[in-house]
Amino acid sequence: MKHPHSNKLFEPELIRTGLRQSVVKLSPAQLIRNPVMFTVEVGTLVMLVVTILSATGTGERAIMGHPVYNLFIFILLLLTVLFANFAEAFAEARGKAQADSLRKTRKDTPARRLLADGVEILTASANLVQGDRFVCAAGDIVPADGEIVEGLASIDESAITGESAPVIREAGGDRSSVTGGTRVLSDRIVVEVTARPGESFLDKMIALVEGARRQKTPNEIALTILLAGFTLVFVIVCVTLKPFADYAQTPISVAAYVSLFVCLIPTTIGGLLSAIGIAGMDRALRANVITKSGKAVETAGDIDTLLLDKTGTITIGNRKATHFYPAPAVDERAFVEAAVLSSLADETPEGKSILELAALPVNQFDTNGAVQIKFSAETRSSGIDLTDGRQIRKGAVDAMKRWIQSSGHVFPEVLDDRVRAISSNGGTPLVVAENGKALGVVELQDIIKPGIQERFARLHRMGVKTVMVTGDNPLTARFIAEKAGVDDFIAEATPEDKLAYIRKEQESGKLVAMMGDGTNDAPALAQADVGVAMNSGTQAAKEAGNMVDLDNDPTKLIEVVEIGKQLLMTRGALTTFSIANDVAKYFAIVPALFIHSIPALQSLNIMRLHSPESAILSAVIFNAAIIPALIPLALKGVAYKPIGASALLQRNLLIYGLGGVVVPFLGIKVIDLVVSLFV
Amino acid sequence: MYSEILGVVAVFLLTILLALPFGRYVAKVYAGDRTFLDGVFGPLERLFFRLSGIDPTRQMTWQDHLKAMLTINLVWFFGAMFILMNQGWLPFNPDGNPSMSPDLAFNTAISFMVNCNLQHYSGETGMSYFGQIACLMFLQFVSAGTGMAAAAVVFHALRPEQTVLLGNFYNFLVKSCTRILLPIAFLASVFFVFRGMPATIAGKGEMVTLEGDTVQVSRGLVAPFVAIKHLGTNGGGYFGANSAHPLENPDYWTNQVELFLQSIIPMAMVFGLGFFLKRPKISWSIFGVMTVGFLLLAIPNIYMESRGNPALQAMGIDQGIGAMEGKEVRLGSISGGYWSILTTVISTGSVNSMHDSSMPLSGMNELLAMMVNAFYGGVGVGILNYFIYLILAVFIAGLMVGRTPELMGKKVEAREVKIAMLTALLSPLLIMGGTATAAWLIAHDPSIPWLNNPGFHGFSEMLYEFTSANANNGSGFEGLGDNTPFWNITTGIVLLLGRYIPIIGPVAIAGLLASKKYVPEGAGTLPTDSVTFGVMVFSVIAIITALSYFPALALGPLAEYFSM
Repeated sequence: MKHPHSNKLFEPELIRTGLRQSVVKLSPAQLIRNPVMFTVEVGTLVMLVVTILSATGTGERAIMGHPVYNLFIFILLLLTVLFANFAEAFAEARGKAQADSLRKTRKDTPARRLLADGVEILTASANLVQGDRFVCAAGDIVPADGEIVEGLASIDESAITGESAPVIREAGGDRSSVTGGTRVLSDRIVVEVTARPGESFLDKMIALVEGARRQKTPNEIALTILLAGFTLVFVIVCVTLKPFADYAQTPISVAAYVSLFVCLIPTTIGGLLSAIGIAGMDRALRANVITKSGKAVETAGDIDTLLLDKTGTITIGNRKATHFYPAPAVDERAFVEAAVLSSLADETPEGKSILELAALPVNQFDTNGAVQIKFSAETRSSGIDLTDGRQIRKGAVDAMKRWIQSSGHVFPEVLDDRVRAISSNGGTPLVVAENGKALGVVELQDIIKPGIQERFARLHRMGVKTVMVTGDNPLTARFIAEKAGVDDFIAEATPEDKLAYIRKEQESGKLVAMMGDGTNDAPALAQADVGVAMNSGTQAAKEAGNMVDLDNDPTKLIEVVEIGKQLLMTRGALTTFSIANDVAKYFAIVPALFIHSIPALQSLNIMRLHSPESAILSAVIFNAAIIPALIPLALKGVAYKPIGASALLQRNLLIYGLGGVVVPFLGIKVIDLVVSLFV
Repeated sequence: MYSEILGVVAVFLLTILLALPFGRYVAKVYAGDRTFLDGVFGPLERLFFRLSGIDPTRQMTWQDHLKAMLTINLVWFFGAMFILMNQGWLPFNPDGNPSMSPDLAFNTAISFMVNCNLQHYSGETGMSYFGQIACLMFLQFVSAGTGMAAAAVVFHALRPEQTVLLGNFYNFLVKSCTRILLPIAFLASVFFVFRGMPATIAGKGEMVTLEGDTVQVSRGLVAPFVAIKHLGTNGGGYFGANSAHPLENPDYWTNQVELFLQSIIPMAMVFGLGFFLKRPKISWSIFGVMTVGFLLLAIPNIYMESRGNPALQAMGIDQGIGAMEGKEVRLGSISGGYWSILTTVISTGSVNSMHDSSMPLSGMNELLAMMVNAFYGGVGVGILNYFIYLILAVFIAGLMVGRTPELMGKKVEAREVKIAMLTALLSPLLIMGGTATAAWLIAHDPSIPWLNNPGFHGFSEMLYEFTSANANNGSGFEGLGDNTPFWNITTGIVLLLGRYIPIIGPVAIAGLLASKKYVPEGAGTLPTDSVTFGVMVFSVIAIITALSYFPALALGPLAEYFSM
C-alpha cells in the first residue's frame, strides 16, 4: 500500500500556520473550551497586572515581588499558553493540509453537465448540485462525488488512494460510485451527483479537522472532567496556602502563588489534549481512511468483534481449480475435455481457472453451431449443447445430482466420497456430466492470502474476535476459518445473517466493526458500531458506515482499531505523565516558598536547587518546555503493542507513571543549574 | 520488646484469618440467604417492620436508597439532640451530670450519627447513663449499620445484571445490626465484663488509693459500650481518656480484643464483596492494596514510637521502652504505635495513647491514614471510599491500555468520572478549607486561646481536628481547645458533609453502573483484579493524597520533624 502523503512531522509551512494560529487562539472565547489552559491564561493576566504594579512600586514589596522577576514569570506563563495553542494549531494545520491535498484536485474542475433534454453544458464543478447529472469521458477528471447511472469506465483513483492500478466502475450493482478528483481512463459514463457541494466526505472531514464542527468525544469529555477536578484540587491547595503562610508568618509573593498553581495544574495534558484528538483523525486519514467523527476512531479502539468478508480479505479473490478427478471407467482426457467444453461459456473466475488448469489449446475444439449455456445463479451450472447431440454440464454438486438422477443415472459412490473429501478440505467440488452421466469431479480451492494468519493472530492478542463471512457451505467455511485462524464464521451468509449476527453480538454488550461495499451491506454497516465502507462501494454503503476506506483494503480495519487504541492510550499516558510530574514540582516550589521563615524545610529541597527564585523559575520553565517537547509524541501517538491489557498497563505505568515522577526531578535540576548562572 | 511485636503481629494475622469466613457470612447476609440467626431475630424483625409499615422486600433504586438513608438519619439526629439537651433531668443520671449546650449537643449528635465520635466533652462529667446508652450507644449501632447497608447497595449494584433495583435499604440496615453487629458485640461485652470492665447502672464508686486518699470513680455500662464502639468503628470513648482509661481497657487482653474488634468488619466487608460477587480475586486485589497501605503507615509508626524521642534521649532520659509520653505503661509504645494507625486507617478514632504526643512523623502517618480513609476504612464506608479511587484508577488505566474503561463489565463514562472526582475533591476542600479558616483566624488574632502549642505542632493540631472530622474518625490531637462554638459548629458541618457525600457518591456511581449493559470480559479487557492494577490503584491513592495535602503536611508534621 502506498501513501502518497508526506509523513514528515514538522514542515516549515505548517509550523508558520501553527505559530500564527497559536496567537489567534489566545482569545479567551476560544480558550474557554479548554478549562486548564484557560486558567493558565487568567494566571498570565494576573502576572501582567502584577508586573506593571510592581514596576510602578504599588503595593507591599514582599507580596508584589521584583518587577524583572515578575516579567520573567509573565513571559513564561504566556509561553505555556502559546505552546499549548501551538500544539493544537499545528495538529489542525497538519490535518487540514492532508485534507487539502486531497481536495486540491477537485477545485475548479470543469464539469460537463447533462441537462434533462440531453444537452451538455460546460460548467464549474462548484456549480453542481445534488441530483445533477454530468458526463465524463476518457481523460476527464470526475468533478464531484456521485453514482454512475449509465455506462462503464476504468478509473484511475490514484489521486485519492495512491493505488496506481485502474479500477472498473459501472452503473448498477455495488461498484457504481465515483469520487471527485479521480480520472476516467476509458469509456464514457453518466454520473448523478450525490453530495451537495461542501458536503462530500472530504468536506466533512476537513470541517472536523478544522475544529469548527469538532465535537468532544465521550472519553474526551470524561477526561476533561478529570482534569478540571485536578485543577480544582490545586485551586484549593493554592487558596488555602495563603492563610497557612499567614499562620507561619511567611509572606508569599503573587508570582510564587501563580507559579505554584500553574505548575501544579495538569497543563501538559491540558495543552495537548485537543492536539491528540486531531492527530488521531489525521492518522486515520494518513491510512487513507476518512472518518465521519472523532468518536468513530475512538470506538474503533474498543472493538470486540470484527466481521470480515472471506473473499478478497482472507482469500485471494476467487477459488481456483486444482484437481480433476474422473469417475471410474472414464478416460481422464475425455473428462478434462468435457470440463473444458462446459466451461467455455463460463465467465466466472472459477470457470476460467478450469481452462487454465487443463491447459488445452481452446481453439482445437469445434464449437461451431453449439449452444452455449451460460452460468446462472438459478441453475448453478453452465455447459454446452454440441451439434453431435452431446449435452455437457458442469455445476454445483446438488444441482448436477438432480440432473443426473432425473435422467435415470446413478451418481457413483466413489465420486460421492470424493465430493465429501474435497468439501472437508475446504475445497469446492464441481461435477461434470454428459447426457446425464457423471464424468468426474473438479476440485476448486481457496487460496489464503499470505500473511493473513499473522494479522489475525495480532488481532487475537489485541482481544478482538474475528468472524469470517462467506457464502460457502459450513464445511468449507470451517476449513478456511481454521486455516486462516479466525475465531468464528458465518457460512452461507445472507445480508440478513450478517445483521442478525451483529445484533446478537451487540446484545451481549460487544462492539462490532464490519467492512462492506454493497448496497445490501448498508443495514449491517449502519448497525455495526464501526462500519467501514469501501470507497468503491455504493453510495448507500458509504452513507451507512461511519468511515470510508479510500484504498478499498478489507484488512484496513486492523489499522483502524490500532489507531483508535493509540488515541486513547496517548491521552491516558500523557495524563499520567502530567499528574506524576507534580511530585517533583512540589519538592521544587514548596521548600522555596517557606525557606526564609522555616529554614528546617531546606531538608525538603531534595534537588538542592540553587535559590528559592531559581527553583520557582526552573519549575515554571520545565512546565512550559515539556509541552512542545511532547508535541511529537502527541501527534504520532503512543506505540501500541498487542501484549495484553495488563502487560500494556504495566509498561505504560512504568514509562509514563514512574517516568513522569523521575523526569521532572532531572529536568528541573538541569534547568536550575543553568538558571542559577543568572539569578 | 519482641513479645510486644509478636502480640501485634498475632492479632493482625488472626483478624485476617477470621475475616475470611466472616466475609463469607457477610455475603450470605446481604444476599438474603438463610443464616443460623434467622430463628432468633426473624420474628422480632417482622414485628418491627409491621409496626413501622415498611415492606422489607420492596426493591429500591439507588435514589430510593439514598432518600431512605437520609430520612432515617434525620430522625435519629432530632432524637439525639433531644436526649443530649435534656439528659440532666431524664432518668438514669446517678452522677447528676448536666444537659448539653446547644452547640455541643449539635456537635455530639452529628458526631455519633455519622459514625465519627469526635468528642468535645468528657463522658465522666458530660453524659448521663441514659444519654450514653439510649443516645450514643444506639447511634453507634445504627450508624455502623448505615455504612454497611450503603456498602450492601454497592455490592448489589456491582452484579453483572443490568438493573435499577438494588434491594431494600431498611432490610440491609436491620440485617447489618441484627445479623452482624449485635451478636459479636454481645459476645465481646461478656468477655469485657469478665476482664473487669464495669457494667452497672449504679453511680460513682468510692475507692481508696494506695496513698490512702478516697476518690470517686465514674463507672456505668462500659463493657457493652466499648464492644460496639470498636466493632462499629465508632471510637467514641465512654470516658474522656477513651481506651487509655483503665476501666475502658483494663489489660493486655482487652487491648488485643479491642484491636481485633475494630478491624474485623472492615476486613470482612472486603472479602464479603468477593464472595457476594463470586469473584474472590477482586477481594484479594483490594485487600492487598489496603494492606500494603496499612503496613506502610503502621510499620514506621511502630518503629518511631518504639525508638523513643531523640530530643529526650539527648537530654539523657532513657528511651529504652520507646516514646512513653502520652502512652499507657501497661500497654507499651509498640501497641500504642500499632493502635494509633489501626484506629486512623479504620475510622474508629478510639485511642489507647495520646496522638498529640506521637512523634512528628507518626502524627503525619496518622493524618495520612485519615486523609486516605480507605485502607480498610470504617465499617461499610471504607470500601465505598476505596470504590471512588477504584473508579478513577479504572478510568486512567483504561485510557492507558487504549480502551474505554470498564469496571466489572460496566463502562465507566463521563458521569461516573464526574461524581467520583467531585467526591474525591470533597476531602481536600473540607480539610484544607477548615484548617485554613482556623489558621487565618489565629494568624489575625493571636489572642484566640485554642492552641496550647503554637507553631508547627499547633498547626498539626488544627489540621488533625478537621482531618479527623472529615474522615469521620473522631480521634483528636487533644492539645486543641475544641469545645468552643467555632470548633463545634465547623467540625459539625465537616462531619455531615464528610459522612454523607462520600456515601452518596459511590452509591450513585454504583447505581449508574448497575443500569448499564454488562460487557463480558474479553482478551482486551483490563483485568481489575491483577497485581498490576493493584499497583495502579495504590499509585492513584498515593498521588491524589500527596498532591492534595503536601503543603499542609510540610508546614505541620514535616516542619516539626526537621526542626527537631
